[in-house]
Amino acid sequence: MATFKDFRNDVKPNWCPGCGDFSVQAAIQRAAANVGLEPENLAVISGIGCSGRISGYINSYGFHGIHGRSLPIAQGVKMANRDLTVIASGGDGDGYAIGMAHTIHSIRRNIDITYIVMDNQIYGLTKGQTSPRSAVGFKTKSTPMGSIEQAVHPMEMALTAGATFVAQGFSTDLKELVALIEAGIKHKGFSLINVFSPCVTYNKVNTYDWFKENLTKLSDIEGYDPANREMAMQTLMKHNGLVTGLIYQNKEHPSYQELVHGYSEAPLAKADLSLNQEHFDKLVAEFM
Amino acid sequence: MINQLSWKVGGQQGEGIESTGEIFAIALNRLGYYLYGYRHFSSRIKGGHTNNKIRVSTTQVRSISDDLDILVAFDQETIDLNYKELHSNGVILADAKFNPKKPEDTQSSLYAVPFTEIATELGTSLMKNMVAIGATSAILDLDIHVFEEVVREIFGKKGDQVVAKNMDAINAGFSYTKEKMDGKVPTMQLEKADGKHRMFMIGNDAIALGALAGGCRFMAAYPITPASDIMEYLIKKLPALGGAVIQTEDEIAACTMTIGAAYGGVRALTASSGPGLSLKTEAIGLAGITEVPIVIVDTQRGGPSTGLPTKQEQSDLMAMIYSTHGEIPKIVIAPSTVEEAFYDTAEAFNLAEEYQCPVIVLSDLQLSLGKQTVEPLDFSKVEIRRGKLVTEELPEIPNKGYFKRYEVTEDGISPRTIPGMKNGIHHVTGVEHAETGKPSESAANRIQQMDKRLRKIENIHFKTPVYKNAPHEEADLLIVGFNSTRGAIEEAMDRLAKDGLKVNHAHVRLIHPFPTDELLPLVRSAKKVLVVENNATGQLANILKMNVGYADKITKFVKYDGNPFLPHEVHSKCKELF
Repeated sequence: MATFKDFRNDVKPNWCPGCGDFSVQAAIQRAAANVGLEPENLAVISGIGCSGRISGYINSYGFHGIHGRSLPIAQGVKMANRDLTVIASGGDGDGYAIGMAHTIHSIRRNIDITYIVMDNQIYGLTKGQTSPRSAVGFKTKSTPMGSIEQAVHPMEMALTAGATFVAQGFSTDLKELVALIEAGIKHKGFSLINVFSPCVTYNKVNTYDWFKENLTKLSDIEGYDPANREMAMQTLMKHNGLVTGLIYQNKEHPSYQELVHGYSEAPLAKADLSLNQEHFDKLVAEFM
Repeated sequence: MINQLSWKVGGQQGEGIESTGEIFAIALNRLGYYLYGYRHFSSRIKGGHTNNKIRVSTTQVRSISDDLDILVAFDQETIDLNYKELHSNGVILADAKFNPKKPEDTQSSLYAVPFTEIATELGTSLMKNMVAIGATSAILDLDIHVFEEVVREIFGKKGDQVVAKNMDAINAGFSYTKEKMDGKVPTMQLEKADGKHRMFMIGNDAIALGALAGGCRFMAAYPITPASDIMEYLIKKLPALGGAVIQTEDEIAACTMTIGAAYGGVRALTASSGPGLSLKTEAIGLAGITEVPIVIVDTQRGGPSTGLPTKQEQSDLMAMIYSTHGEIPKIVIAPSTVEEAFYDTAEAFNLAEEYQCPVIVLSDLQLSLGKQTVEPLDFSKVEIRRGKLVTEELPEIPNKGYFKRYEVTEDGISPRTIPGMKNGIHHVTGVEHAETGKPSESAANRIQQMDKRLRKIENIHFKTPVYKNAPHEEADLLIVGFNSTRGAIEEAMDRLAKDGLKVNHAHVRLIHPFPTDELLPLVRSAKKVLVVENNATGQLANILKMNVGYADKITKFVKYDGNPFLPHEVHSKCKELF
């Protein structure tokens, strides 16, 4: 059986020292091993940005696509081979700006993949512009007078869009993050995990210390029930979204694969591609 | 006796004009006639003039006809917009309800038949279309029972009574026209057809059927005219094969999901029209650099932007060859008949996997939506070839080394593993990469990988890169076209031969890489070359000049008013050159 070390490769990440993404990478590797995956049965699909490089740093099948489109690529991979574990990943710009439509529609569609967003509230790779997760007043190169747009609230948005699995982690809390990713992989349907992954180079506001001061663990809230969507929404609103843990999970809702009519139990990638003559003749006869 | 007939039914969109034409055409197709239908419609659901022009012939036809024998009109607008197509013996059958007026400058005859009144007396005015079919049958001297089977198929679900009522309406239209107008209405009797059962389908049906036959098991698409039929057909048919279609949130998702699925190892398709292709271009570049085998259908319509969404045009040619930033290997094929649309789409999946690049099946609105009789498709001609897809077990690579998915090879094509394959792990990225897929910016690697990718399509094998009807070693004229202009060109050729001109015809079927070697001898040996295309700038003419040369003898003949070429237009233009 593979261990987390089997999910490491020889590529040295080009992230800045101290970047939160290192922990996310480690958490994915540990979670993959913990759920009993072999490297060839995991596909990590990523977008563009600092965090998008993550698919190249894990010893598994990996696809580093185009900006904002990790989700449709990941869904295509899963549809082609339902036996694979598919993880999509990227940054907050990737998932909540250019790729926002895919995020919402992936939630609605509920294909059984896990989406991990490394949320640093800034555009890092392009050297410090505002992101849809930047708070009002946040000063960046593209908002020198401070951001005047409202920040996106991804967890609340996900609940509204009909998400069946919503979780949030913090990159320094590796234990919790590994558990959330494991739960996301095991969840039958689309799982969204937003991870606060601080940018040490361009975000001097939302720092490690800032998160430590402001985050509340859901496990510390007495009576918190992740099966209760209303409670999830109220708790998020009360804490301005700054919570970590499993926010909401609906274990009853079937995944897209279970609902799609006629969809093969065996992976499509292994399908017999030939039609028989009889089947073809039947199709032709419908046009006569 | 006549061996072909042109019939048009017109009225307001949403009035059942399409189904009237459909019932008429299916019945005649089953008698063994060759049909060719072309719909004029607008980008709206209700209202606006629409018509369905159907050509009936005892031999195969691939173009709408120059003129019209019978015009069935449900409103005055239909007469005013279409009467000029009628030849001097033509007939207008108009609903008496709107007091039809015959324009002064036509020799054709107008007969007012109370379509609506007869239908209303029989139960509902909705059946006025059936009355019109009956009236048409009277002129053609057709046995109205030929419609019974089709009417039963369409209305059977609504019960026997509805079927009977509709047949009554056809009968009443027939009797009225025969009895009340006996002697006044000219009859046009069609020669008997061969009675063979042939398919009656649109190009999009053939594309979708070709995809199924070619092993496509997944499609991601976004609705758009005139491509949606492909998705709708596969949604109905893929479940029986275990496959699936996803209607995505947008065109970008459609293309990237197709890329994901193809990377995952399934034969995957997406289909759209111009606006969708514009949105897909970044993703097409991704498929190019990552060498993922996807098939994309582009059914061209009038552009740019929303342009003429329901009208014929062939203006995406350059975009399909060049669009996406940077340089990638890409194959563009262009079927010119419905039969070719079937074979080409099936073959596109082989080309995609063999050359590991995006393949675009280029169609146009006339080919995609023109409903026509199709010769039997030979399923045994369809092959499944998967190129260098690794099927055997792979040896373990020491020290967790990556599989060389982008190995530099002589033909540029590398062995391909898919996720799930043990010891096949590699990285895939739109960033320039080395043989294992890991990013690399080294100049030497860049040149190696670029050359490798572009080398793949240098010698691609496509069975008929150019359809040639070139009987003359030295021709007065070579006519060149692509996609649906084939029918109009072929008919013009017959007429030009009668005029005593030596004319060759080349229809380009492989658009990219351009089949210069195939075309060069034909261009060289012709005195003049006319390139017929539905766009304003002469895109094919320019590509021909660029690749083949002889710019001084190449003339473009363009049409970009939204309508297909008519045979007489091509004929006259050719005559003008001499």
